[in-house]
Parts: sequence; structure tokens; C-alpha cells
Amino acid sequence: MNIEAARLMTTAETAFVDIFEANEDHLPGDDTVKDARIAAIAALKHAGLPTRKVEAWHYTDLRRLLNTGYKLAEPPEFDDVKADARRLQLEVDTLKLPFANGHFLKEMADELPATVRIDPIAACAFIPAPYEADPSDAIIMLNTALFSDGVCLHVAPDAKLPQPIEIDVAFSGDDKIMAATRHRVEVNAGAEATFVDRCGGPDRVQYLSCSMVELTVAENAKATWIISQEQGDLATRLARLNITLKKNAQLTVVVVNAGGNLVRQEINADIIGEGADLIIRGVNLVGGDSHVDVTTKLLHKVQNTTSTETFRNVTTGRGSGVFQGMIGVAQPAQQTDARMACNTLILSDDSGFSAKPELEIFADDVQCAHGATVTDLDATQLFYLKARGIPEDKARALLVKAFLSEIVEDLDDDALSEVLDHRIERWLEAHD
Amino acid sequence: MLEIKNLHVEIGGEKILRGLNLSVKAGEVAAIMGPNGSGKSTLSYVLSGKEEYEITEGSISYNGEDLTELEPHERAAKGVFLAFQYPIEIPGVPTMNFLKTALNSQRIERGEDELTTPEFMRLVKAKSEGLKISIDMLKRPVNVGFSGGEKKRAEILQMALLEPALCILDETDSGLDIDALKVVSDGVNHLRSPDRAMVVITHYQRLLDHIVPDTVHVLSKGKIVRSGDKNLALELEEKGYAEFVDAA
Repeated sequence: MNIEAARLMTTAETAFVDIFEANEDHLPGDDTVKDARIAAIAALKHAGLPTRKVEAWHYTDLRRLLNTGYKLAEPPEFDDVKADARRLQLEVDTLKLPFANGHFLKEMADELPATVRIDPIAACAFIPAPYEADPSDAIIMLNTALFSDGVCLHVAPDAKLPQPIEIDVAFSGDDKIMAATRHRVEVNAGAEATFVDRCGGPDRVQYLSCSMVELTVAENAKATWIISQEQGDLATRLARLNITLKKNAQLTVVVVNAGGNLVRQEINADIIGEGADLIIRGVNLVGGDSHVDVTTKLLHKVQNTTSTETFRNVTTGRGSGVFQGMIGVAQPAQQTDARMACNTLILSDDSGFSAKPELEIFADDVQCAHGATVTDLDATQLFYLKARGIPEDKARALLVKAFLSEIVEDLDDDALSEVLDHRIERWLEAHD
Repeated sequence: MLEIKNLHVEIGGEKILRGLNLSVKAGEVAAIMGPNGSGKSTLSYVLSGKEEYEITEGSISYNGEDLTELEPHERAAKGVFLAFQYPIEIPGVPTMNFLKTALNSQRIERGEDELTTPEFMRLVKAKSEGLKISIDMLKRPVNVGFSGGEKKRAEILQMALLEPALCILDETDSGLDIDALKVVSDGVNHLRSPDRAMVVITHYQRLLDHIVPDTVHVLSKGKIVRSGDKNLALELEEKGYAEFVDAA
């Protein structure tokens, strides 16, 4: 017989339940959504936030790390947001869909081309989350229970979008606020599109940004999804990207984590169409007292699909980083080619990085490779630069930058590569 | 310009240089020849300031200044240049960016104005001519995927661009075929000037047919065991190192 001790809810868990109970009636969505929210909050209440004992969260003890009693963020004053608009500018010509404190700022949004249909998320058919009170899906539970807004984007078949669409999620205002947004994006058959999922907020303010994105790339479609995470230095970011790739779909995901105090980015992909190709490239910049965790789970479900995952990480200060990369190859998924690499530069004695590659292979004719390295800068390269007159600190910066730049190079859009490169440079300068 | 007296150097407790004396004047091209393991590369690294080499005795004076007190980048800014035997590959750093950073770092160190990008580009183009170096090659990362000849040509380009006063060429002929050797030697000869000293380190006499030295010094077991003019190199080629090694 199992005896379960009654679990005391933490400050954060209590706050999430309180937020739900206080706002249950005005959170958007029909009865299906409402039922999903009720189920999610019940699951969260039952399982609690995950601890180290939950394998998927072994390196990120969320219950211990998240101990703030958040309140739901109020929609910001429109004028405040306008004043902030300069910050909202990305140095690339994108079509902007701005969000502030979890609310879509429709008045400030750019008009999308006729080939893109946009609906409020709550008006879309809701896809129930595939959890059964599994504490490892804490981000889905939290997001489902509390999301306040979001968009559904449908890119019409064969449409080629000339400009990237930028979903910009910003925070402003008080300490200890939270907001959750949820988006669904469908790139339909033969279409081509680039998206920037950008999230930021002020320094010295504790806020929680929770995001969930469901991205489907259909037959013969080609998409790029860029996550530029630029949260403030006390912010918590809990994000989940769920990907579905259909036949001959091509998707490149680029993640740049350059902010936040506590960050967990999950990327889950279901590769369900033959000939599909998934590329994930990421840079994790882990400094100060931050903890940055990227956890990916790529499932190859049919034959003849490919995935390539490359992460480059830099740790400094007292930062701690985590990469957990799972590749699953189902029995029918013959001729899968899956590669994963995680390389880390440790720049300070007090920082560290944990890398956990995992392969689960049930097919017999596959190629899977994974590798993880942790190094310091190369002494011979450093000497070569110094012997040419470059001082030590500048030489080190040049080598660190070189280590990371490769990841954001060669995007189809040069301007986007440059912006990401610039972000990395700025972070490195700030964390000298 | 360069005055080395009774230099003793160890690496990891192993004695490599044992009382080396060498004097090189401005305008002079001095060849250092010696068998494998005699300490030739150690000499080049010690002059350029590689950390793991420990000087246990002796002195190195460069233009009257104690060279051993300076950091590698300070030595470079004061005109010391080492052309590496094996140039280092640096993925992710475009050669052009590297060259500009190096040149401007040296200029900042010397209190000069930095070159603007157009000024720098004009300079690089001018210096690349004759070395068979294309601008496309300079867009590639430093030495990555370069052939042996390309790497050595890139070293000479750096030398031409940085205009050092003391050039140390460590086995610059290694890995070069005859044609590449000619291009590299021409590049070096072009840089000979009354204000510039060169220390040419080589195992074979072959290079000295192209870069004709003023003085030749035989290094054996960490010491200069014999000095002479260019004819000494020919003598060495004929008799081999054995006689000199025994003399040490």
C-alpha cells in the first residue's frame, strides 16, 4: 500500500492556484479551454512543481528555484507601451506582433500580408495537452492554466513571406508579476516563412514569462524559427516549443539565450513526415547568478528523416547551464540520421555546465551521433593572437565570439544573422 | 638591435638553451642553423614571449630594453614578429578581421591613431599583391583550410602589414615546394631594409639560397657553436651537422 504524505504547497505554487481562482472567469477561451485550464491547475496542484527527483528536471530543481509569490500582470497603459516602443524595435525589418504583460497590442501590430491569417488563440480549436498530471510537463500545465493571450497564425499554402514575422513579448511595470502567452503557428504546404520569437523585459525586476508555442510545418514547407531570449537579469523564463514536421518539411530553429536569471527552454519535436529535416542551433550565454536550461526531445517517428542539433555555451561568473538532448528513433523510423553536439567554454572557476545527451533507438538502420565537450580557450590560439599584438583580454573575447558566431551565421536572412551576432557581442561585453 | 647573453631556458624542467649568445644588428639577416632538437624553435618562442618557457639565466636586450619584461603583445607592438613554423588555425575569426584587430591593437599600444576600414583595406590590397593572396582568401577564417603554402604566405603578409623591426622566421621553408618557396622568399627579401633585422631559423641550407644571410650561426645543444658568413651554410650542407655537434 502506498502512503502519500500530504504535500505542502510552496509560495509559488500557492500563487499560481490563487491567480487561477481569482481570474478563472475572465481568462479567454470557450468551455474546452476552460476544462483544459481546470485540469491543468488540478494537475499542478496535485503534482506540484518538479524537483530534482523528476528526471527531466534533475538539473533544474524548479520547486526550489521558483519561490516567488507572483501576481498576474495587468495590461499595461497604452502610452507606457508606446514610450517603450523604441526598445521594441529589432534592427531588422520585421512584421511586428507586439505583446506586453501577456496581452496582444493589436493597435501597434503591423499588418500582415493577405497570405497570413491571424486569429486570437482563444478562438482557435484548442489542442489539449498530452499530459496526465506528469510533473515533467510543468511548463505546459502552467501555461495552459494561466495563458492570457496569444495568436494563431496560418501561412497559406505556397505563400512565400517576404519578411520575418516577429512575435515580441515584453514586460513592464511592477515587481513579482507573471504572464503566460500561447501561440500556434501553421506553415502550410509549400509555404516559406521566418519567425522571430523575441522576449525581453527590464532589469532589476522579478517577473515570470511563460510561453508555449505549437509550430507545425506542413508538407514541403520551409520555416525558420528564431528564439531571441533577452530577459532582464532577475527574470524567470519558462518556455516550451512543440514542433510537428510533416513530409519533406524543413525547419531551422535558432535559440539565443542571452538573459534571464532562471531560464528553461524546452523544445519537443515530432518528426512525422518522411523526408523531413530539422536543424536546431543554439547559443546559451550563462553569466552572473543565472541558471539556463535547454531541454530538447526529438522524436523520429517515420523513415528517412534527419535532425542536426548544435549548441554552443559559454559560462562565466557563477552561472550554471544545462543541456539535455534526447533523440528518440521509433521502430519504423529506418534511415534516420540524427546528430547532436554540445560544446561549452567555461570562462570562470565558479561557473559550470551539465550536458546530458540521450539516445533511445528502436530502429536498426540509423545513424545517430552525439558529442559533448567542455573546454577552456585554446592556449596556442591565444598565444598566436597575442604574438600579433592583440592584448590578452581582446584576444580572449575574439576567440569566445568566434566559438559562438558560427551558430548564428548563414541564416537565409543576413540581417537576422547580424542582429543575433550583435546580441551575443553585447552580452559578452556586459559580462567581461 | 638584439643582444642575447648567456641565455639558459627550460621547459617543464628540461634544459633546452644552455648559455646562448647572439648579437644581431639592424639591417642584418642572421641565419640560425642546427640539427633537430638543438633549440631553434625554443629560441623563437622565447623571443616572442610564450609563457611556458622559463628563463633561468642570462638576458635578452632589444633596442636596449629588457625584452623578457614585456608581454607578448607589447613585444609585438615594439616590432618583434615571429613567423610561425606551424601557423595556428582559428575557426570563426575571418583573416581580415584578425589582421585589422592586430594592426590597430599595435597602433593603440604605440599611441597612434587606429586605421579606418577603408584605409586598412587599401593597405591590405597593396601588401597582398606579389604574395598571391586574394581578398577571398582573407575572408576565410585564419589559416583554416589553407594549404601549407597559403599559410606561410599569410604569415609573410602579416609581416608586411605589421612592419616589424625584428622578424624571426621559424622554419619558414618547411612544407613548401620550390614555387611556394620562391614566392615566400621574394616576400621576405622585399622586406629587407637597413632598419630591420631578421633571424632566419632553418634546418636546411635550401632557404638560404633564396634569402641570402649576412651571418650564419650554428646552434647545437642549446648554444651557438660556430658563427660565420654565408659560406658557413654551404660548408654545413657539405659536411653535415655531425662535426659541429661533436664540437659542442
